[in-house]
Amino acid sequence: MNVSSPRPLLVVGAGIAGITAALEAAEAGKEAVLVEREQAVGGRVLRSHQYFPKLCPPSCGMEINVRRLEKNPRIRALTGARVAKANRSADGWSVTIAVSPRFVNERCTVCGECAKVCPAKVPDPFNLGMNEVSAIRLPHPDAWPRRFVLDRSACPSGCKACVDACAYDAIDLNAAGREETIEASAVVLATGWSPYPIEKLPEFGGGRFQDVVANVNFERLASPSGPTGGKILRPSDGTPPKKIAFVQCAGSRDVNHLPYCSAVCCLASLKQATYVKEQIPDAEVTMYYIDRRAPGRNEDVLTKVAAMEGVKLVKGKVGKIEECAGGLKLRLEDVEAGRILEAFADLVVLATGMVSSLKGEKPPFEVGMDDDGFGLDNPGASLFIAGVARRPEDVAASVRDATGAAAKALMAVRRSA
Amino acid sequence: MENVGLFLCTGCEIGAAIKTDGLESLARECGAKSFVMHPFLCSEEGVATIRKAVDDGSVDSVLIAACSPRAKTAEFRFDPLKVSVERTGLREQVAWSHPHGEEDTQMLAEDLLRMGLVRIKKNILPKPLDETIEKTVLIVGGGMAGLSAAKAVAGMGHPVVLVESSARLGGSMAGVKDAAPERPPYGELHKNTIGELISAVQGDPSVRVLLQARTVHIAGQPGQFTVDVESPSGKETFQAGAIVQATGASPYDATKLGDLGYGLTPDVVTSVDLDRMIAKGEIRRPSDGKPPRRILFVQCAGSRDPAHLPYCSSECCVTTLRQVAAVHRDLPGMECAVVYRDMRTPGQMEHFYQAVQEQPGSMFTRGEVAKVEKGPEGNLVVRLKDSLLGPDAALQADLVVLAVGMIPNSADSEAIRALRDARVGAEKGDSDVQRAHAAKVAEELAFHEGTEILNLEYRQGPDLPVLRYKFSDSHYICFPYETRRTGIYAAGTVRAPMDAAQAAEDGWGAGLKAVQCISAATRGEAVHPRAGDISVADFSLQRCTQCKRCTEECPFGAINEDVKYTPQYNPMRCRRCGTCLGCCPERIINFPEYSIDAIGSMVKAIEVPDEVDEKPRVVAFLCENDALPALDEAAARRLSWNPWVRVIPVRCLGAVHVVWIADAMARGIDGVLLIGCRKGDDYQCHYMTGSELANKRMENIQETLTRLKLESNRVRILEISRNEFDRIPQIFADFEKTIEETGPNPMKGF
Repeated sequence: MNVSSPRPLLVVGAGIAGITAALEAAEAGKEAVLVEREQAVGGRVLRSHQYFPKLCPPSCGMEINVRRLEKNPRIRALTGARVAKANRSADGWSVTIAVSPRFVNERCTVCGECAKVCPAKVPDPFNLGMNEVSAIRLPHPDAWPRRFVLDRSACPSGCKACVDACAYDAIDLNAAGREETIEASAVVLATGWSPYPIEKLPEFGGGRFQDVVANVNFERLASPSGPTGGKILRPSDGTPPKKIAFVQCAGSRDVNHLPYCSAVCCLASLKQATYVKEQIPDAEVTMYYIDRRAPGRNEDVLTKVAAMEGVKLVKGKVGKIEECAGGLKLRLEDVEAGRILEAFADLVVLATGMVSSLKGEKPPFEVGMDDDGFGLDNPGASLFIAGVARRPEDVAASVRDATGAAAKALMAVRRSA
Repeated sequence: MENVGLFLCTGCEIGAAIKTDGLESLARECGAKSFVMHPFLCSEEGVATIRKAVDDGSVDSVLIAACSPRAKTAEFRFDPLKVSVERTGLREQVAWSHPHGEEDTQMLAEDLLRMGLVRIKKNILPKPLDETIEKTVLIVGGGMAGLSAAKAVAGMGHPVVLVESSARLGGSMAGVKDAAPERPPYGELHKNTIGELISAVQGDPSVRVLLQARTVHIAGQPGQFTVDVESPSGKETFQAGAIVQATGASPYDATKLGDLGYGLTPDVVTSVDLDRMIAKGEIRRPSDGKPPRRILFVQCAGSRDPAHLPYCSSECCVTTLRQVAAVHRDLPGMECAVVYRDMRTPGQMEHFYQAVQEQPGSMFTRGEVAKVEKGPEGNLVVRLKDSLLGPDAALQADLVVLAVGMIPNSADSEAIRALRDARVGAEKGDSDVQRAHAAKVAEELAFHEGTEILNLEYRQGPDLPVLRYKFSDSHYICFPYETRRTGIYAAGTVRAPMDAAQAAEDGWGAGLKAVQCISAATRGEAVHPRAGDISVADFSLQRCTQCKRCTEECPFGAINEDVKYTPQYNPMRCRRCGTCLGCCPERIINFPEYSIDAIGSMVKAIEVPDEVDEKPRVVAFLCENDALPALDEAAARRLSWNPWVRVIPVRCLGAVHVVWIADAMARGIDGVLLIGCRKGDDYQCHYMTGSELANKRMENIQETLTRLKLESNRVRILEISRNEFDRIPQIFADFEKTIEETGPNPMKGF
């Protein structure tokens, strides 16, 4: 194959889509550079407890992907890195990458002595701020690169407790960031998504009521590496909930919020219902939906969960959630019966949608977008979009998409070579 | 290996956990040529000491007794052609998980060192493949997925032969006028661009298109397939390096949908029929040739229904929207009613749904169609159940369109193979009973006759194995293109239900996988999941008894048989999982750095205390993919577990040989655990069937135990998920309890 041009393919974002695009290209013999903003690869998927439809942990596939990354000599991953500048070159891109200091170097053995003595606590970004961690820490249990990171902004003035505790001289409090320029033959943007903020849903008490949580937070509650060690507990009082309501399309398919469908939330809620039933078998679970969207063999998940004892699926649009004695009161339009109903729950999960990362702080490429901020391929500029930055979709579709994006990038590279 | 160097790290609490004074003599007793202790082995200085020993030739193999084999992989990587490297995870398995300075902890560490040392001595360096590799990719199927794959493969610089069974390219999209909006503006119909794609592929000099053609025989392996194709211009043979199967899907047979009125009158048609009418520009009632006034679309016609297709075909909702929009465009003022159970318009298709819903004349109503009947005036009455319009609502229409689902155009390889075997059995079976049984099986499977598509010369059948609902899918969320036939990738609707835009993407992705497989073969490397592995299996055929287990059990069909049933190994089909090694009763299959002898020696290196010491011993074979990472994670969290357990990482539970368990028992080890990935429909085994096969082999293991007069509960097989680190201590504690209840292994001391 005539794609062994010395200029690498640049992949921005190391979630499941970006990792896949870089790996598939590298295993096809192409040099690739993978740039990730966070200090470890994995993105959003590793924050899920399980994938649908198989109810398997994301770390299982990531284990293989990390092994592929480590073993492949043609791939280079930069973490804590952002694209600072990007300019079209004759037949590709000249991209400046700003790598932020990690303050912990390659000598780190993840022994953990530094975290034991660190006096500063910060909200844990991996657990979406649901608990606190030391300012110096492993980004998350499956982090790769497998090295601690220091949130320097949290350090008390003059503190060097971690430096003193480190037997391996792995901490440099004065580390500086650096920049490097990459002459890339093509670019794949796989910058992913962020959850629609529940604070924008005041009618549901989003951000105000402790026991109204977003689906992404609920994933962390079910995960053994989450803030509760995998126990599903009400944030308000730490007790297991007995009546759980899933509110579908919370801010989705709604012109006032996200007009599109995020494609994964129905299955995410069905999957989360299985977490509840496994841990709290007598819990009552009700899912309020507009349409139950379970394409392909995901239909099996819908069939299975709908048949579970104590699980009800109600076609209805929730309009308002209020706090009441001992729980939450939902007002909803029961579409079937054509009337307004009230329902009660002691924990509400808002099935919020996905917002394209390109809608926020997007990397400095001339990237075309649709009205919702999802990116459009620009083959003429050798710029391709993969994963949820391109379209709301589930993991398997992101992987398919990313493999296809890698193919398009390699084809563009060859054309320009 | 001859000259083993043991490099022992004392950092990360290892030095505090164990006494190191006697370890050098232990290492020498186990045959180590050199012994180096370092306080920080993964540092530049530490790695340099290893590198120096390798470079000056004083060692040819290195046992790194430090952290888990999963940690510090970049630091501890050496040229695999020059030096054999093994890792012993003293940090995770000893220092982080057991009390420091205790006798049991010391015994554990010493056992792990002995095990590592005897193992590495058995390793040999791999000899990489160096074969002539064909770059051409064969693509079977010229619809959206196949054409896209052809464009991708040709675009990446590889020749393509595209084999299409019909007389034209384009597949099911060829007869369709419009496309659903996959890019903005999302509210309107787009032009179907399949024609441009066909022209681009036909005009590409590196693509050769064979129409009305079929693959009649494919032999060989990735990089070296020999393909025979028959077409009107005759039979031809060519070489291909990899294959994409994009044979698409067929609409569900509407004649099975009598309740929905199909066959009752010509005015009940399928969505495929309506597409033809739209393409011709003549939307007419078939009965009288007049334009209809009201069309009613029945969604999920035969889909999401256990009596027909239990799954959702994913694209019918959007197809109906496309057709409603086309009807409104071609016949303004026409009423279109859509009866649906759930409108499934994920992502940006929601915009299209909103736009079509707002068009005058559109009516969408949730409900199920109970029956379609003839109405009084030659029209149709559609009776609903469970609908918003009331319990016995009925809608009138003069044309009813059934939105039918799709059935993959796949061939059930395993069934075809079973049919062939049964036919042979019916003729050549050993007894009347056997022949009669085989004849019955053959009759039951007879409908698979002639359904072959690829016609692979593989012992395990002529096509890709199919999975749930006969799609040639992998069931992997993370690795959707992985099939059970290396170098053969399914794409488009034969793989999973999807729409045209998704099928195009799928073709692009499968095209890259095909190119990638050829690229790996050129480098002599394995593909996923052991991408980059340059070792291959060695078959000592002189000791083969032609039992056929390896040819049956290889999850990837890598091993064929000659007429005498002698296995014929195809290294480029091999994924190096070791399932063949695990199943061979004669123990003739080995990998250079993963052999029966190597792992067996580890078992035999464990020192088994006398019964009076009351220190039972357990060997735990842990799959390196999920169970070992879970153990590492437990250690990282400083969870502690029973110190009598000796962990041996394995490639897959399928790569565990019964003899290792027998060896353990014979040595007086009290119990054996096998911990691997989930099996069954939702398997997580990275080699698909390895875990499943290991469970089946447990029967043989039980026989072995009985033969040795041992209790069957001394061996247990368990599943664990990658994230279930918290179960590790309990698993070991539970098993230890079983062993204590059972009592010491009576073979101890023999």
